[in-house]
Amino acid sequence: MHPILKLVAQRLALGLLLLWAVSLLIFFGVEALPGDAAQAMLGQSATPVALANLREQMGLNDPLVGRYLHWLGGFLTGDLGKAMTNGQDIAKSIGQRLGNTMFLAFWAAIISVPLAITLGLLAARYNGRWPDRLISGVTLATISLPEFVAGYLVLYVLAVKLHLFPSMAMIFPGMGVFERLHAIILPVIVLVMVVLAHMMRMTRAAILNVMQSAYIETAELKGLGPLAVIWRHAFPNAIAPVVNVVMLNLAYLVVGVVVVEVVFVYPGMGQFLVDHVTKRDLPVVQACGMIFAAVYIVLNILADVISILANPRLRHPK
Amino acid sequence: MSRIPLSALIGLVITGAFFFLALTAQWVAPYDMAAIMGGVWDPISSEHWLGTDAIGRDLLTRMIYGGQVTIFVATCSTILSFVLGSILGFTAATAGGWVDQVMSRLVDLVMAVPTLILALVILTAVSVSVPTLIIVMGLLDSTRVFRLSRAVAVDITVMDYVEAARLRGEGQRWVIFNEILPNALSPLVAELGLRFIFAVLFISTLSFLGLGVQPPLADWGGLVKENATGLVYGIPAALAPAICIAVLAISVNLVADWVLARTTSLKGGRGG
Repeated sequence: MHPILKLVAQRLALGLLLLWAVSLLIFFGVEALPGDAAQAMLGQSATPVALANLREQMGLNDPLVGRYLHWLGGFLTGDLGKAMTNGQDIAKSIGQRLGNTMFLAFWAAIISVPLAITLGLLAARYNGRWPDRLISGVTLATISLPEFVAGYLVLYVLAVKLHLFPSMAMIFPGMGVFERLHAIILPVIVLVMVVLAHMMRMTRAAILNVMQSAYIETAELKGLGPLAVIWRHAFPNAIAPVVNVVMLNLAYLVVGVVVVEVVFVYPGMGQFLVDHVTKRDLPVVQACGMIFAAVYIVLNILADVISILANPRLRHPK
Repeated sequence: MSRIPLSALIGLVITGAFFFLALTAQWVAPYDMAAIMGGVWDPISSEHWLGTDAIGRDLLTRMIYGGQVTIFVATCSTILSFVLGSILGFTAATAGGWVDQVMSRLVDLVMAVPTLILALVILTAVSVSVPTLIIVMGLLDSTRVFRLSRAVAVDITVMDYVEAARLRGEGQRWVIFNEILPNALSPLVAELGLRFIFAVLFISTLSFLGLGVQPPLADWGGLVKENATGLVYGIPAALAPAICIAVLAISVNLVADWVLARTTSLKGGRGG
């Protein structure tokens, strides 16, 4: 087998193992905590009889390993069980919302990735001069803003004061694509702000790192212009770290999306998750948590695989 | 002692002011935290410097107490994560072998899941209170301190003086506290500020989602949540605590940058 295929296969297998381990963590980690799902729902003042009844009804008295296997099996076949609070099928409620969340994250990614790479290149090109300082200063400020603060600032200025966009990202089945896009402009702006700073700073660092190599000096000495040096010599070697940065930040979107959906009352997975944490509906939270974790891990594995494919030094391991 | 750069000085002064207000909240705050003083979202006036909040409490008072809660929770969880993370990290590095393997893989596992998602799953099962929040945040964040301190300590354990201490029969604990800790201190101190910022942002986010500090107590994140509905009607009350979070994070960042630059330029720091 080609060594690169072997390496990729190794990463994929490792990723699957990790996913399985995370399912153990999410299932048994909660079991190990004081109290259980029944206790969480009924609160501290529940009578022992009510607790026992609910435990029986929820099947909490069954053996732990059996319940885990049932849960995992259901997960693999798309059956996520029923919500405790209203008895609805979890997979059904999640389906639509997952689509909404993906829609939001997709547009945030489409805008932020090219923008971040361009700004990162610019900052690296003008390293230490005013465009670099300006970009770095602004990104430092946005890194220090938690997502919800950025969200409300944007909402207050653009929606309330300037009346440019709707303040709530209402979206429902049957809306056209353009109506949907208009509705999600503000959350997309916020998500872009949140990931742009990290992505841009890391791109800049990756390119500056490459720029210190000897072959860059050679290219400069033979008289190439700065942009040509970056484009022809620095960028191809910086692709692997940059792709890694992009993937890591897309994974970071997973977290940002939870908070931003709450700010803009967007009917997605994040809002759904937070609602059910408040209601202490453990099966729903475990299912959502597992999906978020899985997306995060898959993006991380993709980052690994792509950087293997993009890096000639990794392609021929010694 | 080299001169402190202006940016770090600004950061130090602002951070100091926030901590001072947090420590003296009981005496500085103009009114009682829970007292209803006026109408809903009264505008700024000479009695209420920042106006009143969603149910007519003095916003400035709420902000000062909110800062106290935010800084207290963030400080406690940072201390917990550092004590736990560094002791476990040093232990893993000195013990090596399967102890190191098991601990490191467990930390890898926890770090493979986004912190916020894991925290949400845990907070569903346990009852939410200030102590549980500190413990959950401290535990989750200790994984990052573990990685750093283990990485630093692995470089130190191969030094001759550690070998010498072992050969003269010193125990594991002695080696950790007397040989490794003093030499690993500067990178850990540099990390302290960043972890504190993370804790501030984290507790604010949890409270904003309604899963952190519970009413009637409120931290800055909780204050944003309480006053957020006013924003749509053009009442900026929620922006005041939001800006405080950002200013605290930025000023600690400025100090941390300076500490990082100083420790790495010292001999034996990360830059060598």
